[in-house]
Amino acid sequence: MTASPSTPAYGEETGAKDRRAATGDRLLDIVGLSKSFGTVRANRDISLHVERGEIVALLGENGAGKSTLVKQIFGLQAPDEGTIAIKGDAAPIKDPKDAIRRGIGMEHQHFQLVPVMTVAENMILGHETTKHGQLDLEGARQLVRELSEKHGLAVDPDAEIEDLPVGTQQRVEILKALSRKVDLLILDEPTAVLTPQETDELLEVMKELAAGGTSIVFITHKLREVLAVADRVYVLRQGSVVGEVAAADTDARGLATMMVGREVVLRVDKDEPKPGADVLRVADLVVLDDRALPAVDGFTLTVRAGEIVGVAGVEGNGQRELVEAIAGMRPPKGGLITLLGEDITKANPHQTHVAGIGHIPEDRERHGLVGSYSLADNMVLNRFDEKPFANGFVRNFEAVRENGEALFKEFDVRAASVMAPAASLSGGNKQKVVVAREMSFGPKLLMAAQPTRGVDVGSIEFIHRRIVAARDEGAAVLLVSAELDEVLSLSDRIAVIHGGKVVAEMPAADADRTEIGRLMAGDH
Amino acid sequence: MAWFSRNRSVTLTAVAIIVAAYVFYAINQRVAVSMIDFAWSFAVPLVLAACVGVMGERSGVINIGIEGQMLVGAFSGFFTAAATQSLWAGVIAGVLSGMLMGAFLAWTTVKWQMDQIIAGVVINIIATGLTSFYYKSGQSLTHVMPNIDIPLLSKIPLIGPVFFEGGPIALTTLVIVAILHFALFRTRWGLRTRAVGEYPSAADTAGINVIAMRLLNVTIAGGLAGLAGAYLSMEATPTFERGMTAGRGFLALAIMIFGAWRPLRAFAAALFFGFTSALASQLQASNIVSLPQQFINLLPYVLTLVVLAAAAGRVRPPAAAGQPFVKGEGS
Ligand SMILES: Nc1ncnc2c1ncn2[C@@H]1O[C@H](COP(=O)(O)OP(=O)(O)OP(=O)(O)O)[C@@H](O)[C@H]1O
Ligand SMILES: [Mg+2]
Repeated sequence: MTASPSTPAYGEETGAKDRRAATGDRLLDIVGLSKSFGTVRANRDISLHVERGEIVALLGENGAGKSTLVKQIFGLQAPDEGTIAIKGDAAPIKDPKDAIRRGIGMEHQHFQLVPVMTVAENMILGHETTKHGQLDLEGARQLVRELSEKHGLAVDPDAEIEDLPVGTQQRVEILKALSRKVDLLILDEPTAVLTPQETDELLEVMKELAAGGTSIVFITHKLREVLAVADRVYVLRQGSVVGEVAAADTDARGLATMMVGREVVLRVDKDEPKPGADVLRVADLVVLDDRALPAVDGFTLTVRAGEIVGVAGVEGNGQRELVEAIAGMRPPKGGLITLLGEDITKANPHQTHVAGIGHIPEDRERHGLVGSYSLADNMVLNRFDEKPFANGFVRNFEAVRENGEALFKEFDVRAASVMAPAASLSGGNKQKVVVAREMSFGPKLLMAAQPTRGVDVGSIEFIHRRIVAARDEGAAVLLVSAELDEVLSLSDRIAVIHGGKVVAEMPAADADRTEIGRLMAGDH
Repeated sequence: MAWFSRNRSVTLTAVAIIVAAYVFYAINQRVAVSMIDFAWSFAVPLVLAACVGVMGERSGVINIGIEGQMLVGAFSGFFTAAATQSLWAGVIAGVLSGMLMGAFLAWTTVKWQMDQIIAGVVINIIATGLTSFYYKSGQSLTHVMPNIDIPLLSKIPLIGPVFFEGGPIALTTLVIVAILHFALFRTRWGLRTRAVGEYPSAADTAGINVIAMRLLNVTIAGGLAGLAGAYLSMEATPTFERGMTAGRGFLALAIMIFGAWRPLRAFAAALFFGFTSALASQLQASNIVSLPQQFINLLPYVLTLVVLAAAAGRVRPPAAAGQPFVKGEGS
């Protein structure tokens, strides 16, 4: 969630701001940068600069061109026009290797981790140390442990990336960027799936680094984070810089308005819920995680039609396994799941879809989209074989395209066309595609895991309104989010999960932030 | 311990096979040695060729031109040896010509992003064409590569006479498998190679030159294919014949898959395949069972498939094998 009025205004802290008495020592200087993909003008004549030791935030709607901009700084893409000077050197940045050599480090929005390798192996990739010609893996593990200790981001050095939930992958990706000594650190949405505590830790780390002379370019959609750490903010809209402000001179509302070009409602407005019949019933559910340990352990919960039930919990307490079990992606070890009275405990993902579950998965890249398929096809991934998208064995491309175009407009997806491959979309727009697909077929149960991950404030507002609207039309909604603010403001009822079971359940009206925080930490 | 629990079934299978081999040896020393010796000579080119496949696919390039690369190696090795009367010159020529074919695959697919399957087919066609066109009959070598005895090691019962007493290429193959396996899983080069074959954009963003890694690995691998060819025309037999690789390059790809893209397992798979082939020919010769010959010929394939499927479980190819790397995409 974004800065709701109740969040403390971190921007008020002063210490950080004094750093801005900059030395006039430009670490990064971009002049007249433009970049197009076919007809999409991702960056138009962008000029900006970053001083040594300065934290600069890039804000902008999904598809505004933030990632494209930083990818060019890191040598991943070449600008069409304009120059990027690093420490006064305007030689083109040939590739990431060149960027690394010139002191740039980057954390990527689309994680750059090798799935079949361990955390330690990923951490040292590209700057390995060897002992007698042999990889020093023990040293790598040690490095991971030290980094994770130092920055308060817990990861197991021997875990394989593909077994990790996105939140942990995010931590690895950040630690990887921090593992090399750099002058300019680029962080592309590092906090998208971090827990609030982890986010705060990271913000502290950023301040320390900046105090030590590292410059940071920070991309995020969360305005409170911007206000908490940034010295200056650039706002991008449709590829152009539309504003530049000192963080001290603005607030969340001001930033949101600059980004979207209109006032944004930062609160969720909704009527009292009118709960109906039980839709989802989960009883004594036991689900094993990838290491065959019970991650969900005796979970019981009921979600009724017309209500939003939020599952609050520290990541890694079984949320992922719970959602996967309900969606049919992970067979439970024990217990019962029913949807409108029908037993779906052993159903596969297709069957749960047919039964009426819409599932917004937490990991959109892996479980939400097929990158090489067009957007239109992605919009019907779960029912490409149903009417009107197919007649028997034959697909109806016309219907698929029309459906895609309609959802495109409705959910304000920004991309070249519905025929563009999903991989070419910006992160937040990918998320919108998944949300659009799962909400558009009228699910009986909408199960949303991190539904607004990486989505800009304007679109968060929109997605929240759509979730509430679905509820009002009688859908049951199960919301799982690492954003406590989102759970608090959107839910009608809150279930706190700890150690794989519900430790407390309460109407959202009675929920108290600190109380929930305590329960989440296992204090009950 | 962690290693053992991860590799339990493979390790147990290996131990079982070794025990079985020694039991067999205890029962009939002569037959055991001769069968396993046959298995190893059969396996040598397969092992080398499977290593070619492993090096390519581990770095993201599918090589179905191994057959052609071997054929060219066998051809140029043999005729160089015949012309110079030096087997060593022949071997060097074989390896170099293999590398040339490797470089062809590397540059067409990695640099110019030609389809990898098509490039492999082109290699096979060119190889068959060239070696048939320039083939001259009547040439022969006076002898094959000399046998070498490794002191001490060759005295080990069963294993000694089979593996540590033989031609230089067979002996080198043992070393190559061990080095490649170690390099792939324990060295910087290996980590980078695997990253490039699994998720090239992650390697790229870590500052690794994906294109250079692929060019290098595919070219070096070509040299191994050339060596496998040299084995056929100068160590196993002193002759070159048209199409003498007889599908071994393709069989090697199957061995690579059976071996889960790991050199040591591929070695074991090739050896097992060789052994079942020896078994099949024994059965045929001895007339113990009266099965149609076609079924007996099937035996090696079926047994290898069953044993390896049981031992290895589910394996996955390197994720990026077959896909060209284009900068700036997918990141
Ligand atoms: N490789 C590509 N091919 C085609 N179009 C692309 C490519 N990369 C980005 N685009 C397009 O460029 C525009 C800007 O994308 P970019 O990823 O920079 O947005 P962003 O500001 O990072 O958004 P988000 O907040 O959602 O991450 C989008 O319209 C996107 O579809
Ligand atoms: Mg982005």
